[in-house]
Amino acid sequence: MNRFSAFVQKEFRHILRDRRTLLILFGMPVVQVLLFGFVLTNEIKNANIAVLDPSKDLESIALTSKLMSSGYFHLEKMLDSPSELDPAFRSGKIKMAIVYPPDFARQLQAGTAQLQLIGDASDPNTATTLINYANATIADYQQEKAVNSGVIPVKSLMVVQTRMRYNPEQKGVFNFVPGVMTLILMLVAAMMTSITIAKEKELGTMEVLLVSPLQPIQIILGKTAPYLVLTLLNAFIVVLLGIFVFGMPLRGSIFLLAAECVLYMFVALSLGIFISTKAKDQMTAMFISALGLMMPTMLLSGFIFPRESMPVPLQVIGNVIPATWFNPIIKGIMIKGVGLDVLWKQTLVLGAMAVFFLGLSLKNFKDRL
Amino acid sequence: MSIISTEKLTRSFGAFTAVNAITFDVKEGEIFGFLGANGAGKTTALKMLTGLLAPTSGKAMVAGYDVWREPEQVKRRIGYMSQRFSLYEDLTIRENIRLFGGIYGLRLADIKTKTARLLEKLALEADADKLVGALPLGWKQKLAFSVALLHEPRIVFLDEPTSGVDPLTRRQFWELIYEAAHIGVTLMVTTHFMEEAEYCGRVSMMVDGRIEALDTPRNLKTQYDAKNMDEVFRKIARG
Repeated sequence: MNRFSAFVQKEFRHILRDRRTLLILFGMPVVQVLLFGFVLTNEIKNANIAVLDPSKDLESIALTSKLMSSGYFHLEKMLDSPSELDPAFRSGKIKMAIVYPPDFARQLQAGTAQLQLIGDASDPNTATTLINYANATIADYQQEKAVNSGVIPVKSLMVVQTRMRYNPEQKGVFNFVPGVMTLILMLVAAMMTSITIAKEKELGTMEVLLVSPLQPIQIILGKTAPYLVLTLLNAFIVVLLGIFVFGMPLRGSIFLLAAECVLYMFVALSLGIFISTKAKDQMTAMFISALGLMMPTMLLSGFIFPRESMPVPLQVIGNVIPATWFNPIIKGIMIKGVGLDVLWKQTLVLGAMAVFFLGLSLKNFKDRL
Repeated sequence: MSIISTEKLTRSFGAFTAVNAITFDVKEGEIFGFLGANGAGKTTALKMLTGLLAPTSGKAMVAGYDVWREPEQVKRRIGYMSQRFSLYEDLTIRENIRLFGGIYGLRLADIKTKTARLLEKLALEADADKLVGALPLGWKQKLAFSVALLHEPRIVFLDEPTSGVDPLTRRQFWELIYEAAHIGVTLMVTTHFMEEAEYCGRVSMMVDGRIEALDTPRNLKTQYDAKNMDEVFRKIARG
């Protein structure tokens, strides 16, 4: 144990003496959380929505079919009662719901009809965009009706009532705090470990370590353990910033959140080790991490751009990015307050990724060094 | 008694055979020079002897253990100093000693006494808490060698330890090597400075993965009718 602790001690000294590393470790998360405050608007296609239509009359069916033919929406589910709304949103299967009154056609005939659009604002950009699309389509429908009947309406025939769930003020921060967490944890855990291992190879000290009685697994653990600790600290800082600076909620279990962070970090750390077995020097390690991990995490995981609007091949690639699965977990726990009963699938995928990459990198580490 | 013995030790990379069935013995307490041009296979052979690389065929016994079968036993008994600098520049002298003492499983109390003795010997007491990176190269190499001896290994492998240092420091470095040999440590040194070959007890000359000659410098000079080791090497390399 003395062996291992002497080694870990050394690793902490490396980190604490290197200003650049420290800056990336602790300056970056803060700057990024603040930077990503800009709200990004995006176009969405084929978003999954649900329809609750107790009236099922000609008017409501015609409007629904017009909405579906717009290309923006995909009818995921017809609901039978308002009580089905909540589970549908919690499971994350739908992004928006349309709720008709029981007598939609009659209300319309009488002059004004009530119609409700409900968006999932745990992803506020998507929600806003979807609601705007829906409103535009509904306005279009009224226009057509008016032209067909030859009567130009004085006022709008329908009163559309909009409600945003989970995040009524539609704060962008609810989107970017989880996004930045996936990014920062990936950056620190994967990039920093790959660089620190590549550095030993570059300087030639790795040979000295491998000739010593330290086991390869001890070297790997010794090099990653400090980063595990620091990354957890980082995740904590980002969550605190989100809560106290931007007023994000933490509705679910903080312990589950911490456990999921550790799981995600294991995936990231093993990816970092894997990269370091391929890279001969620090520069290469940095470039592979930046291009291979950072860019996809930012662009394909749904953090900035909605996955719904991506071409299918990119969506498929997005599926193998750990952040794609980790992002809904953070949002689910912090914003929706859900637990493992809903997030079991994402957790399972991350777990499988951790096992796979750790096994792969251990095998590679032995073979290559 | 031989402390290193190899039997047709071979390593190929694809179609290329870097080390071709070398067989040799090194006696305990000997300074054994491992000579050859760049690419002759010295480093590959050294990697197999220290357990960094698996042999394609053949066998190597170091300190009484099969290197590839019982690497843990071997690793505890050997020291290693690479041609690239083997200490951490962003740690102080004291921290480096503490680290390698720790890695080799020495007790803290032992590390303390050994540190004091080592600093005194190298006259580095005043610099003990300075970063290693601030030391001149010659001092770094001497320190690295002393650290490699910290856990009292029976054999120390030195891979081009004096490349890049001035002749005076090289002389001082060899004094350290003699001192270690004097207390019974076996030293295996690779070098391409032929004048350094004169300092070795025996030398082996590697050419294209094979050991072409192995004897004391004096015998080799007689055998090849040469004035110095440089001439011996040129005659052997020409074939």
